[in-house]
Amino acid sequence: MSCWETIADYGLRSIGIGERLLPRSDFTLCQQFTLIGSGLIWNIYFGTFALLFGFFLATALAVGKAAKSPFIRKPSEWFIFVFRGSPLFIQFFFAYFLFLSLKSVSPVFDPFTAAWLGALIVLFLNTAAYSGEIFHGALMSVPKGEVEAADAFGMSGFTKFRRVIWPTMLRLAWPAYTNEAIFLFHATTLVFFSGFPAWQQRGDALYYASYFADKTFNPFVPYPILAGYFILLTLAIIGVFGLVNRRLNRHLPDAQKGRMKFRPNVIR
Amino acid sequence: MFSFCTDPQSLDGLPWLACYLTTGKHMAFYASFGTVLILLAITAPVALAFGFLGATAARARFRPLAWLGKGYIAIVRGVPDIAFFLFFVIALDQAFEWIRHKIKCPDWDQPIRQGNDFVVCPAAKLPLSTSPQIWHEIYGFFLAVLTFAIVYGAFSANVLYGAMRAVPKAQLETAEAYGMTPRQTFWRILVPQMWIYALPGLSNLWMILIKATPLLFLLGVEDIVYWARELGAAKQARFSDYPHGDWRMWYFLALLIFYLAFTKLSEVVLARVTARLSHGQATLGGTGRSAAP
Amino acid sequence: MLKKLIAAATALAMGAGVALAASHSMTVRMGTEGAYPPYNFINDKGEVDGFERELGDELCRRANLTCEWVTNDWDSIIPNLVSGNYDTIIAGMSVTEERDQVIDFTEEYIPASPSAYVKLAGRDVDLENGVIAAQTGTIQANYVANSGATLVEYATPDETIAAVRNGEADAVLADKDYLAPIVEESNGELEFAGEVRIGGGVAMGIRESDQELKEKFNAAIRSMKEDGSLNALLKKWFGDEAPQW
Repeated sequence: MSCWETIADYGLRSIGIGERLLPRSDFTLCQQFTLIGSGLIWNIYFGTFALLFGFFLATALAVGKAAKSPFIRKPSEWFIFVFRGSPLFIQFFFAYFLFLSLKSVSPVFDPFTAAWLGALIVLFLNTAAYSGEIFHGALMSVPKGEVEAADAFGMSGFTKFRRVIWPTMLRLAWPAYTNEAIFLFHATTLVFFSGFPAWQQRGDALYYASYFADKTFNPFVPYPILAGYFILLTLAIIGVFGLVNRRLNRHLPDAQKGRMKFRPNVIR
Repeated sequence: MFSFCTDPQSLDGLPWLACYLTTGKHMAFYASFGTVLILLAITAPVALAFGFLGATAARARFRPLAWLGKGYIAIVRGVPDIAFFLFFVIALDQAFEWIRHKIKCPDWDQPIRQGNDFVVCPAAKLPLSTSPQIWHEIYGFFLAVLTFAIVYGAFSANVLYGAMRAVPKAQLETAEAYGMTPRQTFWRILVPQMWIYALPGLSNLWMILIKATPLLFLLGVEDIVYWARELGAAKQARFSDYPHGDWRMWYFLALLIFYLAFTKLSEVVLARVTARLSHGQATLGGTGRSAAP
Repeated sequence: MLKKLIAAATALAMGAGVALAASHSMTVRMGTEGAYPPYNFINDKGEVDGFERELGDELCRRANLTCEWVTNDWDSIIPNLVSGNYDTIIAGMSVTEERDQVIDFTEEYIPASPSAYVKLAGRDVDLENGVIAAQTGTIQANYVANSGATLVEYATPDETIAAVRNGEADAVLADKDYLAPIVEESNGELEFAGEVRIGGGVAMGIRESDQELKEKFNAAIRSMKEDGSLNALLKKWFGDEAPQW
């Protein structure tokens, strides 16, 4: 069987399109590359959507944590503390447990025990907490002068936030937020590994890598393939976030743009 | 443990629980908390050393060395830690045994790779197959520390690299003007001054390292997650004096509390260290406001 | 920099190894999972226990070997054997063609025993097309994937049982010997739903390059079969209806 046929058969296997049965003997390198790559669809799905939704919650949390009223501040602080202070692996365990019990309450909760929704929710909350902390840190260091200038222009409340504070906050937080995004994509490998069960052998990149490691009894081929894919994915994330960073900083004089880079890269 | 524990079937309520919580298995569980803490205590400085070497290499003038440093940072940071853990330990172990084999058994005539098998001479085994189990565990622990250090060394290299570049150029230029050699400038000015810039990143890294410890069981170390799973799983009366249903929830709850408490403690300590290091620095933090990213 | 560190660490480890080398004779390290009663499990004291513990100790006695018990995760139990971290696998491992290509097996010490489905008592379950839980990487998971049923995989055997209890899966497929005590002690909550024969008997896994050790264990297993002590052990751990030699 040529490699093209393998790709046609297994390229979308992780989302249930193509051959029903996984290869079970005479494993080729092509099969390993194809299936592990196919699993990467799930990692990208989880990472992208969790990041997207998490971004908004993170902004809310950052503002909440900076709020004067303790009724807003305390819940935000606790949310961030619990999700940042516990391993993702344990969060997955409790979430799965919770969704299972909800399931017996009402059939509305049926899809929650499936990874595509349940794990996405956990990752979304998790990344929101981490990004919320990053955004909060950035919010605290928005220069006073900018806020005072906005006041002088007669901006108030939401307008001031949307047009002055928020863009500056993002600009300051961006390097650290890039790192958070990288970590989040890496964390998606935990979904099927220790969180949610895999249905009909549809799993993420790590699931297929360990499938091959299990079948060939040789971990030295599939895991490095997985590592290779993730290095490419990481480079892509850095690329995309770099473009956004350029846009966020486009109004700054060149010298200052350069200086942004010299800031220490805060991880998470 | 307690004298009344000889016949667990006859107990219930608190005495039963007291006996249950003091079985040999539970003792191993409690001891594993120590294992995790020791591992963290050893790994953190080793990873920092790796990070320092990596960062220094990455900014070296000698190109190949700089590539090596940057390659290390980029590659290891690009790979999920879990993928590393799944094959790295066996690879490291084989590498060590291969080196020892070359040194200790130069006359060995059989191939090391026989089909799927990795066979070195008995004297090169690590630890020797005759050594007591404790040495195997120590060796496994050592491999785990090394693996963690290599992975998190890359992250700390990234932080330190950024911190070294964040030290104001003027300070370095002043050092040069005073006639310091590049080596002196590096050790006397750059290294002492970089820590304040590195601290936020290193604090975060520490938090991440704490939360990576559940992956230890992948490295063959019997850590708290291994025991929590083992103890929490349903037990039948045929195989245990203390049969119970699926109690994983309670054990994981205990782990959750442990991790939260440990995180809180770390936050408090790190905040103090930051306050201390910020003292006298020309940064926002040093002049009274809390410093961010 | 990495090389230097490795070399230093190697030197350190070598020093420690030499000092210990003299004190022991031939030791065989027995690798097991420790999470699959009654084959092998960790008892209340925290030691490896079960049918295979007792069998292994007796085999070592007969073969005049000093044995040491090691637990290892199921997923990496074969890679760690071929890489030499222990010398045998004695973990309820069925002989399959795939595994036989990579490692060698001794004579079987448990006759081929069936796998079984377990479901909630009183439920109608379609084993052909329903949702069947199995542990990742087992022959049972393989079997379900090949059948028309929907396979749902969990990392540990406990979770597969939990999945049936909480309704995620219609039934679980696992070794009958593993399921039997669970069904027995479930107070009627669970019941067997059918049996299938997958895979061969259970044997010890040994490196292909380790023929000498394999022969020693073969001889010991044969002698236990001949004098009936193996049958007695099977009866003790798997009940009176356990298949005998």
